[in-house]
This record gives sequence, structure tokens and C-alpha cells, in this order.
Amino acid sequence: MQSEMMKRASELLADGTVVRVLGWKNGEFVYDPTPAVFDSAEALEKDFVYHDFCGSNLSKYLIKLSKLEGKTLVFLKPCDSYSFNQLLTEHRIKRENVYIIGVPCDGKLDPDKVREAGAEGILGITTDGDTVKAETMYGEVSVSKKDCLLERCEVCKSHKVVVYDEMLGENGEENPESGRFDMVAKLEAMTPEERFAFWRGELSRCIRCNACRNICPACSCEQCVFDNPASGVSQKAAADSFEENMFHIIRAFHVAGRCTDCGECSRVCPQHIPLHLLNRKFIKDINTYYGEYQAGAEEGSRAPLVNFTKEDCEPNVVYKGGSK
Amino acid sequence: MRRIGVFVCHCGTNIAATVDVKTVAETLGKEPAVVYATDYPYMCSEAGQNIIKDAIKEYQLEGVVVCSCSPRMHEATFRKTVAAAGLNPYMLEVANIREQCSWIHKDIPEATAKAIVLGRAAIAKVLLNTPLIAGESPVTKRALVIGGGIAGIQTALDIAEAGYPVDIVEKEPTIGGKMTQIDKTFPTLDCSSCILTPKMVECAQNDKITIYSYSEVEAVTGFVGNFSVKIRRKARFVDEDKCTGCGACTEKCPVKNIPDAYNLGLSNRHAAYIPFAQAIPNVAVLDSTRCIKLTKGKCGLCSTVCSAGAIDYEQKETFVEEKYGAIVAATGYNPINIDGYDEFAYSQSKDVVTSLEFERILKADGPTEGHLQRLSDGKQPKTLVFVQCVGSRESGSQHGCGKEYCSKICCMYTAKHAMLCREKYPDTDVYVFYIDVRTPGKNYDEFYRRAVEQYGVHYIKGMVGKVAPQSDGTLDVQASDLISNEQLHIKADMVVLAAAIEADKSARPLATMLTASMDTNDFFTEAHAKLRPVESPTAGVFLSGVCQGPKDIPETVAQAGAAASKVIGLLAKDKLSCNPCVSHSDPMKCNGCSSCANVCPYGAITYEEKDFSRRQDGSMIRRVAVVNEAVCQGCGACTVACPSGAMDLKGFATGQIMAEVDAICK
Repeated sequence: MQSEMMKRASELLADGTVVRVLGWKNGEFVYDPTPAVFDSAEALEKDFVYHDFCGSNLSKYLIKLSKLEGKTLVFLKPCDSYSFNQLLTEHRIKRENVYIIGVPCDGKLDPDKVREAGAEGILGITTDGDTVKAETMYGEVSVSKKDCLLERCEVCKSHKVVVYDEMLGENGEENPESGRFDMVAKLEAMTPEERFAFWRGELSRCIRCNACRNICPACSCEQCVFDNPASGVSQKAAADSFEENMFHIIRAFHVAGRCTDCGECSRVCPQHIPLHLLNRKFIKDINTYYGEYQAGAEEGSRAPLVNFTKEDCEPNVVYKGGSK
Repeated sequence: MRRIGVFVCHCGTNIAATVDVKTVAETLGKEPAVVYATDYPYMCSEAGQNIIKDAIKEYQLEGVVVCSCSPRMHEATFRKTVAAAGLNPYMLEVANIREQCSWIHKDIPEATAKAIVLGRAAIAKVLLNTPLIAGESPVTKRALVIGGGIAGIQTALDIAEAGYPVDIVEKEPTIGGKMTQIDKTFPTLDCSSCILTPKMVECAQNDKITIYSYSEVEAVTGFVGNFSVKIRRKARFVDEDKCTGCGACTEKCPVKNIPDAYNLGLSNRHAAYIPFAQAIPNVAVLDSTRCIKLTKGKCGLCSTVCSAGAIDYEQKETFVEEKYGAIVAATGYNPINIDGYDEFAYSQSKDVVTSLEFERILKADGPTEGHLQRLSDGKQPKTLVFVQCVGSRESGSQHGCGKEYCSKICCMYTAKHAMLCREKYPDTDVYVFYIDVRTPGKNYDEFYRRAVEQYGVHYIKGMVGKVAPQSDGTLDVQASDLISNEQLHIKADMVVLAAAIEADKSARPLATMLTASMDTNDFFTEAHAKLRPVESPTAGVFLSGVCQGPKDIPETVAQAGAAASKVIGLLAKDKLSCNPCVSHSDPMKCNGCSSCANVCPYGAITYEEKDFSRRQDGSMIRRVAVVNEAVCQGCGACTVACPSGAMDLKGFATGQIMAEVDAICK
């Protein structure tokens, strides 16, 4: 796939369709590739990579890149395409300045899980079906891909790229039976005390590095309320446990109805806090109370929380936490 | 810090009996910013207002807090007071220590403590108030009346009389409403049609009035003085301009078994029809669900007999968009569906009818041409039983369709029915079962007494428990007489049920479009139950007739005139002063995401491409929200939808509200 992508990108650069390419290059290690912009075939040749550690969602970078002169080529995985649509809906990306190549995805790897499976000191990987061959400092190690998937990929909601100008390979299907709400249902079944204890346990590890916010495609405000001294909630670091909770709860409210469940927040959290569960609770409730809704599934859709229809359930139904 | 004055009102004993007003003034007087605090028995009186004015001057106050009644009551009063003393009127805050404190508490220390907290919240807010200046918006000098019954007709005529153009939107093919179906009107027993049809004709002939019959309101946007309304004109498949109302099509139409709504289904009509002889406009309609040509493509008989060439099978619904300064809701009522009242055998016997059906039987253009007849066998009934309060004043929901309120008109029309029966057919026996007879109104009790005393109608206090159809065609009415405390069986030929009335089903979706509020019974709510009875709380929306609550014809006409006078008062103004408490967006924080525009019910938010280029960062053009202050009504929906906090509401800024909360939680 990597070579096909580079070939197509070089062609589009050469014929002037695009003036830059947004993709991935390896970081310090092969398992921490980062988004990167390439402006020539030579640059692509030198650094462009695409492998199963390339989990990062490129959509958010287009807010800035699509405002520059000339078209940007971007490679979007299924997850990323939902975020892209959501940003289009919010008028954040200039669609005419973006050329999208959709790339199919059957899951990305969690480096920690790969390491736990025995592949320490990874220098390179190749994937063939379910077999991940890792070249390590200690020789070649094979691990099973399905055992090493990111959480979001284990419960993948959709293999379908929902917006693209061209597809490389075959597009996939939505996966409504992903079971992504199973953990939310478990939390709902807890007593309030148990649930509070669970979240205190998780959120108390937060170091307020802001990685979740900075990576989140829905958290793309010109000025975040947490950086705005006039908002009344701005802060550099949590002064007490209450603030620690509130940062994540406020953030979950801010992205409610706009979160596409791309899972980037949990992927980048250095403290391994399952932040996606907060967002999924909102998504599950929206589905329950206002009908199935997937943010980013189509451009221009009205999120139920900022829409009124006569079929909406009465507020007291929501207050009671019951169903229609 | 600003210099704040606090003025605590006793409201006679309304506040002072439960709240220790002296302590409130004393305590609030010690708040950091407060330089003067006092109390007075009636702050809204001239003397009270003078205390505020004098204090502003003497203590150079920069903000004023009045602890008194709800701001809905006297905020405007006190704004004028502080303005008269030279302050900006928006540098005033009212702490509601009456409705939200003294009236709902009994314990004096508790209520006093709460009044102090409410006062502190108001002080916290006024410290963050900014002077606001109201803008102006022009008034479209045209009114819309929704509903063409007697309420809508009277309102339209009165507005037109004052010289303003007015449009009536009526969902039926003709205006006239329920009054067209009624035979005689109480308490004078004059013919309903004779007094109504001249008014209908007047509407049609008045060049200030446009009637959109067979039409419905599709969408409403805008605000007081500047409403934009989309009206859907349903296809009647007859050209209104060409049709002469000759009726040839209605006679020749071969489909003739359609229940006639004008006769409440007691007779049939054709698929091509004119609702009744005096219809306005006197134009035929093709029933699109039953017309053979429209459903199957065959027939076309009406077109061949129409000498005016008015039949148009290709006619499509059309839309009219018009601007209005004021809107009057006059959507009226319907009797409730009484199918749930099995005990009265309404669905089992043709001789059990509702009062409105009985009107049709009595009226000359009804199914029996005005002869009192049983619908089962055409015989003249000898014994009639009238049952009052069928579905009215019903507590709980034993039938699922009953109403807790009194329908108000039934006592009088039942007395009228009983009287008419006895007058035309002196050989009849007439019984009326009632819970109470309610006859307030000029000449009303005299009317009822005449039914009892002169016409010999048997009024029995008690409810009918069961009506059982008998094999000989009579009806066994089982009832209790509460005064003589005995159970009765009456062998009746006919039973008439005074069904409760309810707001028309079109009222609720309309209220949603108008953002007008409704009560639990779907009657429109007034801006003030006593002092603003014909205005909706939504500025520019007025109420006429039963859509506001049950009322009879004289009351409806009086209210219709009152609504018209309010409309005229509004249209007479060239400009309205706007509410300055409107939203504004901070372009530095705005993402241009459209969340605010999506939730704005007034369409007040648009977007522009704004240049944020700076030398050090290069070119940067972003899409940002812009609020049209003349259109914004200050509802604040955008401020909570905005993800970045760019939207804020003047006078109710998030920071001000947070300051109030902080003051309360301190």
C-alpha cells in the first residue's frame, strides 16, 4: 500500500493537481509515526511511510492546510473520513482545496500491545493478513494482529471511507454490530458510587498534558475555553481533584454530538485513561433518545442536540434517564 | 468598584410579612460595593421611585438593585426611574423577593436569608452590567389573522376598518367557522347565519382584506413588526377567479357518498362541492381523495358542465410569502371525540347525538331541513334528554378524552336547545341533567330561568349513568336525581350530549411556529392572565377567540375587537424600539461552525469571511458569525450552542450569570 500511495501522490504532485501531500513519516521510532507534509516526490521518497502504526487521524490538520494556496492531497482512513465530514459540516475545511485519497483500513496496532506480545525494540514491521512481522533489535518476532489492535479498532464502527475523490483498494462497509457500547453499558449498570470510584480512579491519573484536546478533531476551536481567561474555566493545571474531573467532563460536553468516535483521545493519552468512554456515553444516549446518529456520516447533517424536531422525546424522559 | 444602591420594597405586607425587609436592607448595605441601602413600603409608588432618583444623585450611584416583585412586573418601571435620574436604564437589576421568596415561604428567618442571597446575586450581576442602548426596527403595516371563524372575521374587519391591510388564512374552503353550523344564538335566539353571513360578505368585499381560504400557515420567521410568513394554498382544482359558484359541477358530480363535514357526517356530499350556500368564497372544491378524475384519471364530468371553464385538474398547491407586522391566532375549537363514552351509547344509536349535531338537525339547511326528527326512523321525538358536561369538568382521565375545565358554552346552548324544542313542539318532554347550571353573563340567567319557568323544561341535578338502546327503538336513560336522591329511568326518543370543546388540533403546531406558549390543554397562554389577556407572551402575536380558552360568541367578538385594537396600536407605530439584550459574537473566538445559526429560531445569524491577516502570520481569512441585532430576540440559544464561548448575550452575559451563581453559592 505504501508504494502505491507514494506513486499516486507523486503523480498528483507532478501533474499539478496538488501542491502538497499530507501523510505520515516515522518519528524517533517506527511505532510513533507522525503526520507530515511533503511538497515533492523527493521528500516523499525520503520520509513517507504507511504501515500499521500509522493510526493518527489527519483530518484536523486540514483546517490550516486547506486555507493555504493550492490543493492539499490527504490520505484518509475510514475513521479520519468521518472527522473530515464533521469538519466540513462545521465549515472548518475548504473542501475545494483538498484532494482526498481514501485508504482502506483493517485496524491499526497498539504499540504497547505489540510490545507485550513479545516484540521489544521494534525497528520495522510488515503485516500480512493477521501476521505482523516485527523486525526488532533482538531479531524477528511474529505477533497476531488481532491481539494487538488499538481499542477503537477492536470495536471498529466502520471500514467505510465516507468521503473521497479516489479510493486506493476496495472500500469497506459499516459495522453496526461492533459492540463499541458494551463497556458503556457496563458502566451504566454500576451503582453511582461504583461509577464515581471508577472515574475517579481513571481521571486522577490525568496530568493535564492536553494531548487529548490537541489531537481531537472536534476540539479545534480558534481559542479553547480552557485557554481563555474570560471563560471562567481556563486553567493551566488542575488544582484539585474536582477540576481534574471537570476538565474531561467539560470537554466531553463540548464535543457531544460532534464527536465521531475516532478514538484519538484514548490513543494519545500517555496515562491510558479511557477517555473515549465519556464520548461514547453521549453517543449512546443520543442514539437512544433521538434515534441513531453518527456524526460525520454525511456532510451537513444536523446533530440532534442542536436540532429540534417534533419527534424529539420530552426533556423529562432524558432527565429520568429512561427511554421513549 | 461601582457604587451600588439597594432598595428593598415591602410591597405592603406581600413581602414584609414574610421577609424581614429591614434586616435585608441592613445586611445588603454592608456588601462591599453598596454605598446606600434602604427599604420602603411601595418602591413602585411615586414616592418610592423618588427615593431611588434622589439616592442616585446624592450618592452618585452607578448601579441600582431593587429587591421587589418579579422583573416581569416592574422592571420596566424601575428602568424608567433610573433613566430619569440620568443612569443608563440597563444599569438596574431586580431581585425577585416576592414571587420567588415571600410568596412561597412561611418561615421568616428562612425567607429573610433567601432574600439576602437573591439581593447579593443581583448586586454581583449589576457590577458586571454594561450600559445598553436600544435600537429601532421598522413596522410592516400589514396583519395576518390565522383562522376565519367569527373571531378571525371580527378581528380582520376591525383592523381593516382602521385602514390597515389584513390577510385571513383559513384551512377550510370557506370562512365562517363553527358559527355557520349553528342554528340560533343565545340569549336572543336570533339566527346565527343572519348575523354571521353579512360579516363574511363584508370580509370578501373589503378591499383591505385578502382571504386565503383552503390555505394553511407553513412557516413563520421574523419577529414583532417584521414577520415573514409562508402560506400554503392547497390545490382546490377549481380556479377561484373563474368559478362563479353556480354549483353545476356539484350537481353533476357522480361521487355522492362522501360524509359532509358541514353536516358533521349526518348527510353526504359530492366529490365536487361548495361547503354550504353562503360560503365565502363561493367557489367549488374538488375532493382530491375521492374525485374519480383525480384518483383514476377518468370522468371529467364537472369540467364539461362548467361553463366558466374553472375546473383545473392540473392545479398544484402554491405558496404565498408575505410580510406582516402582527399575527393574530384565531384557530378556534372542536367538540371532543366522545367515542370513549360508551355508557351514552353514542356509537350504538343514531338517536344519541352531540349538541353540535343537534344544531344541524334544528337548522334549516341541515340533514332534516330543520325538522326535529330522529335520525334512525325520521319520527319526531317526544321525549328528549340532554346530558350536560360530557367530558367537561372531568377529573382524572376515566375516559381518556375528558377535560378538567368547564367548556363554558354548554349550559347556555342546552337551555337554548331545550327551549327551541318546547317552543316548536309543545308536545315534547324535555329533560336536562346537569352538575351545575352556570349562567353568568348579561341576560343569561334570565334566559335559563325562562327555559325552566316558561317553557317547562325539566332540569334535574345529577348525571346520567347509562343510556341503553331498547328493542322498541327508544332509549332507556338511567340517571340519578341528586336533590330527591332517587334513581330515574327515562324512556327517551332522543339523547343529546353536550360534548366538551377543545382547542383545534392545528393550534399546537402553529404555536411552535409562532414560538407562542400554550397551556396543558393546548389553549394559547396570555401575556398576563388579567392585564394582557389578548396578547401572547411572544411580542407581535395576539389571541382571538376560543384558541385562548372556552368562550361564547359575544365574548369572542369582544375579544376579537380587543385583539384588533392591540394590532392597530402596533401597526400605527412607524418604528419599534428593539430589545438591546441581544447576542454578539467575538470574531477572535468564533470558529464559524454554524452551531449558533442552526439553533437560532429567528434566523438572526449570518456569516462573513473576515480577514485576520497579521504581518507576522501571513494571510488568514476566516468565516465568522455576525448577529443581526434587529432580528435577534435575545433568547440565548446560540450562547449555549457555541462550542468556543464566542457567543454572548448582552445584559445576560455568561460571566454575569456565573457571578450570580457564585454569589448564591458563596
